[in-house]
Amino acid sequence: MDNTMVIELTDLTKAFGSTTVIKKTSLEVQNGEIFGMLGPSGAGKTTLVKMIAGIEKPTSGELRLFNKKMPSHRLIRQIGYMAQTDGLYHDLTGIENLKFFSAMYGMKGKKQKERMEEVLELVDLTAYKQKVVRNYSGGMKRRLSLAVALLHEPKLILLDEPTVGIDPVLRQSIWNELYKLKEKGMTILVTTHVMDEADKCDRLAMVREGAIIAVGSPDSLKEETKSETIEEVFLYHGGGKYEG
Amino acid sequence: MRVKAITVRIIKQFFHDKRTLAMMLVAPLLILTIISLVFNGEDSVPSIGIEQVPEPVKELLKEQKITVSEMDQGDAEQKFREGSLDAWITLEDNQPRIVLEGSDPGTNQMVLNIVQQAIQSPGQKIKPDVEYFYGTEGMTSFDNFGPVLIGFFAFFFVFLIAGVSFLRERTGGTLERLMGSPVKKSEIVIGYLLGFGFFTLIQSTLIVIYSIYVLDLLMIGDFIWVLAVTLLCAFTALSLGTLLSTYAHNELQIIQFIPIVIVPQVFFSGLFDLEAISDWVSWIGPITPLYYAADALRDVMIRGLGFEEIAINLAVLFGFSLLFSAANILALRKYRSF
Repeated sequence: MDNTMVIELTDLTKAFGSTTVIKKTSLEVQNGEIFGMLGPSGAGKTTLVKMIAGIEKPTSGELRLFNKKMPSHRLIRQIGYMAQTDGLYHDLTGIENLKFFSAMYGMKGKKQKERMEEVLELVDLTAYKQKVVRNYSGGMKRRLSLAVALLHEPKLILLDEPTVGIDPVLRQSIWNELYKLKEKGMTILVTTHVMDEADKCDRLAMVREGAIIAVGSPDSLKEETKSETIEEVFLYHGGGKYEG
Repeated sequence: MRVKAITVRIIKQFFHDKRTLAMMLVAPLLILTIISLVFNGEDSVPSIGIEQVPEPVKELLKEQKITVSEMDQGDAEQKFREGSLDAWITLEDNQPRIVLEGSDPGTNQMVLNIVQQAIQSPGQKIKPDVEYFYGTEGMTSFDNFGPVLIGFFAFFFVFLIAGVSFLRERTGGTLERLMGSPVKKSEIVIGYLLGFGFFTLIQSTLIVIYSIYVLDLLMIGDFIWVLAVTLLCAFTALSLGTLLSTYAHNELQIIQFIPIVIVPQVFFSGLFDLEAISDWVSWIGPITPLYYAADALRDVMIRGLGFEEIAINLAVLFGFSLLFSAANILALRKYRSF
């Protein structure tokens, strides 16, 4: 399993009406890596992630996950997707949210219960599980959202800006969780527009105006362009000014 | 200066939200037009059947603004059931006998007045025997439009609540999360129907019981059919509400569906005399769900009819729910690639 490709995009294009949002993009993500997608807002990161999650339909090109063609009902079960919006029912409690979403993946009984406790533990929300989500802080909602994405033990996790609007301490704790998940053998795709977060990824794709302008590990990207920081790499490839 | 800035901002916002602007300008005109069509239409002309009525009285009746035709009692009763006759008059032992269709107190009174005028000869006081085919003498206007209101309220509240809650599913990102899970689109729509159906059942039961036992609304038929119609009516509202919420960006825009979707139905569902509505808009009634719900509720509550007579209405309401649900499943395709 180790060197197989988890995500393979071949000439993937997405257009809304006459505007092309993703231009003929190809990309490979390997098993077990934390893969970052870096780029300014509006670059097309969310659209790419949504296509991989099976929510948005590509206009052309091929998308394969675990060597199987998407979209597919079976593949959906292997993906955990955390969107920019929390996607939680605010008038339900934390545990009620988990119960509902786990039922959507057909989980039930003892297995469901154990799994809910596991993810609550992982995101450190066990003490707050009976609280109504409306009363959660922003960071708690983000963490519960992550917990929901992890519920059904996906092999691939897609996180769209998981740390946006979150304080540095919490951001660190989310990254620690991502490392834990990586150790368990999960593949993680994470988008960000924060340059210093890009350094934490195993490999990185730089996205700009609907196209990938560079791919590689943070170190090799810096080396190739003789840059000190990821920001310089981005400027080198993109030419333009970076507006996070 | 700040006042000016606020004023300009509000005007600009209106121009950016064209739908709200249109609603504010066009909706009142639309509703006024409907009202004028409903109230300025032709006067409804009662249709009366006669048998063995003396020639002079017949002549006097024909001078009135009514349609008169000869028929026997059997024919008349058949026409009452079809709803195409308002009264039947005959003479038995020199005593006039009037059988009223009876479900609309307004029409009853109108027919009685006309007949009284026709049979009254000077110096002689004739009191006709009056019978009611449906309803009773003591029937009030509320008894007549109450059944329509029951259907209306079930429809109105379910439409709003379902619309808003499905909208929240979209704006809150939970719909996206659901679409990323293996759940089927039809499962979402059916789940919504059942979940809301639970509360709809409680609501319908409460409305019906309260109207009948507390407000003393006339109730001749079977409780179970009133409940069945109300429930199906609410299901239609539920499926239509969730479907239309796809075309709303926020709660305000759900509210804006009221003058477009709800108000016209009220005017064409029989709360006002349908026969008086101008001919060129009378086709609107039969394409609205509330029309069928109101008709069936009146059939059961005032006329005491059972399943056979309301089966078509129930089927139409069911068809509406099915149609809207199917459209909703199609509309959800926008949110998923498979």
